[in-house]
Amino acid sequence: MRTALPLGVAVFGFAVSFGIVARSAGMGWLAPLVMSATTFAGSAQFAGASVLGTGGGVAAAVVAASLLNSRYLPIGISIAPAMTGGILKRLLSAQLVVDESWAVGHIGGGRYSRGRLLGAGVLIYAAWVGGTAVGVLGAGFLGDPERFGLDVVSPVLFLALLKGQISGRLALLAAVLGVAVTLLMVPVSSPGVPLIAATSACLLGLRKR
Amino acid sequence: MSSAWTIVLAVGVVSVLLKAAGPVLLGGRALPNWLQRMVALMAPTLLAALIATQIFADGRQLSFDARAAGLAVGAVGVWRDWPVLLVVVLGAAATALTRLALR
Repeated sequence: MRTALPLGVAVFGFAVSFGIVARSAGMGWLAPLVMSATTFAGSAQFAGASVLGTGGGVAAAVVAASLLNSRYLPIGISIAPAMTGGILKRLLSAQLVVDESWAVGHIGGGRYSRGRLLGAGVLIYAAWVGGTAVGVLGAGFLGDPERFGLDVVSPVLFLALLKGQISGRLALLAAVLGVAVTLLMVPVSSPGVPLIAATSACLLGLRKR
Repeated sequence: MSSAWTIVLAVGVVSVLLKAAGPVLLGGRALPNWLQRMVALMAPTLLAALIATQIFADGRQLSFDARAAGLAVGAVGVWRDWPVLLVVVLGAAATALTRLALR
């Protein structure tokens, strides 16, 4: 949980800015809070609120948010073996999985720990919903969280986690390929699409060894 | 229903379904060998891709700004095996200071 705590702080800051953006997009205070508690997916909620705020319309907002969330399909498949119990329990625990808890829950070789996934998930959920509340209830006085560089906390932590994941040449190749595909796709597709395109690098796992 | 609530509902339903599909349909059982071999590469691939978008993308544009300074400092710390908390604080500080300097 040494890694989950700083992630919680960064998520809290991100949630505060979501609350501010959603409020100024005309979503009121209750809708953003309900959204954080039920959707619980930072970038997608941000995209939804931003599109609405810039007059993009409901359909565009929903499409943008869904594209950003598309990576949760492969992420869900990766954690499926760790998700035990009845169908309702699996459905509910799956909701606690976001990028951050997924990264913390990985114990190597594509195996995930249910305890770590859910432990980190609960912490980050609390930070996300709490931060949203602070944001919508008028946190203009806190200023922009980006001023404190909070937006690099999660990528830097991901880098620290990534170091442990590079277990061999194949993993390194997949990571490099993932970055290359992502950066090539950014200028030519909607946010979220580059991430799902990057997962094609996982096809390297099918190679005969 | 106002547009805000329509978005909350629609995005919420899509998100719940995307997150739940894997665990509900495949939960609690070992994945077939070929799929497990692909899943083993997901953490390195997707973590690297997330870092790339969070640092070098701004919407649909590639960008190189104060975030890169934070990542560079973070990379040194990660490479030298400094404590994670220290690395994060130094990375955030590097980005905050660069942002201040570029203003």
